[in-house]
Amino acid sequence: MNDGGITAVAIGASAGAVQALLHILPPLPASLPVPVLIVVHVPADRGNALVSLFEARCDIVVKEAEDKEPAAPGTVYFAPSDYHLLVERDGTLALSADEPVNYSRPAIDVLLESAADAFGGGLVGIVLTGANHDGAEGLRAVAAAGGIAIVQDPASAMSGAMPAAALARCPDARVETLDGITAFLVNLVPA
Amino acid sequence: MMAGDNIEDIEIQLFLEALHRRYHYDFRKYAQASIKRRLVQARTQLGYTSLSAMQEAVLHDETVLPRLLNYLTVQVSEMFRDPSYFRALREKVLPHLATYPSLKVWVAGCSRGEELYSLAILFREEGLYDRTLFYATDINPDALDAAERAVYPLDLIRTYTENHQKSGGRSSLSDYYRAAHGGAIFDKTLRERVVFSDHSLVTDSVFGEMQLVSCRNVLIYFDRDLQDRAIGLFRDSLARKGFLGLGSKESLRFTRHAASFAPFVPAEKIYQRAEA
Repeated sequence: MNDGGITAVAIGASAGAVQALLHILPPLPASLPVPVLIVVHVPADRGNALVSLFEARCDIVVKEAEDKEPAAPGTVYFAPSDYHLLVERDGTLALSADEPVNYSRPAIDVLLESAADAFGGGLVGIVLTGANHDGAEGLRAVAAAGGIAIVQDPASAMSGAMPAAALARCPDARVETLDGITAFLVNLVPA
Repeated sequence: MMAGDNIEDIEIQLFLEALHRRYHYDFRKYAQASIKRRLVQARTQLGYTSLSAMQEAVLHDETVLPRLLNYLTVQVSEMFRDPSYFRALREKVLPHLATYPSLKVWVAGCSRGEELYSLAILFREEGLYDRTLFYATDINPDALDAAERAVYPLDLIRTYTENHQKSGGRSSLSDYYRAAHGGAIFDKTLRERVVFSDHSLVTDSVFGEMQLVSCRNVLIYFDRDLQDRAIGLFRDSLARKGFLGLGSKESLRFTRHAASFAPFVPAEKIYQRAEA
């Protein structure tokens, strides 16, 4: 499925995120040829429990994103709580303490819009379960830059509002179940 | 990465160049992804159709500048943001500082003063305030005015109070402010020993010898060259064995001055100036 054109994956998830990501991330092989950048809405004071939760269950490297760090293949980067995660044009990660967007910090729109600028047509943007509309503008930006936009099938999502909002803003996005998304990502590994 | 510059990228570069040449505000080496978001937000909120149109306006009308700067620079913060940082200062750093007869503290990029007053209260609680001179600097005159006024929205006070308690506060935050006109006005005795000053980490130089520099969530907005410059300034500003405190997601790891500092409280990004 990957013709070599995909250079990065960016995922946003909110309510129901942990369950959805437990479906998607553990099957990913350490040889995944692209970085996976993830924003999950978590309370500001929650520390980053996501990294320890997922690194114990994944083959792929899981870590918290650091400012100025190059995004490496075969690695999942979670946005730290209370910071936005962005990508610079040279593929390095950046953090910001700017005000919340869509009442959220980190915000999915901030990640997807900057990743669309950085990776253009090489980006896969994915909006998963959630109860708000963060990620809708960002996914539109992904599609506008020539990237692949995917939303979790709202009917199958634990909370359908966020993928539905993304689909409304980005009607040509592919609609996939968690199984479909997982298969798509696993297929990024060259045969 | 994508080949070729799109129109918006060209506009951003030209805009930052214009701002620098017209007003000497230099954002050219700020981290690009964030500065782009801020510029686009300014353009939308100030009602311009393009960054080029906003550039024309700011070049020819200096009244546009202050409004623009508020989008480009002002940081929303909290008092005692990351209470564990202030607890580490209180428990690990201030006992060292207490051995000095007089102290200088630089709050670099003080914005509206939340971090400054957190430190002032901390130093007062630990009995060091009266022998300390605080320098609070920023490039945004409106932010410096706000810092000097020290009025914060009442609805944030609950968060500030919780933060202060988690930092190991020995007094009640309410000892330091009174409520009036919908705001919490902080006691002016907290700024008796504060010098507010316009200072740029991009273009200005060292102005004193400090025992503590606190600069939180400023460096993440700089590119690596600019980070190196700012950290070089901090190194040259710090007295022997002086302390540098950064934001919780900032580090000296990617800078060329890393060897000039030793981690002091690594989890809280507090460093100590190493022997030269």
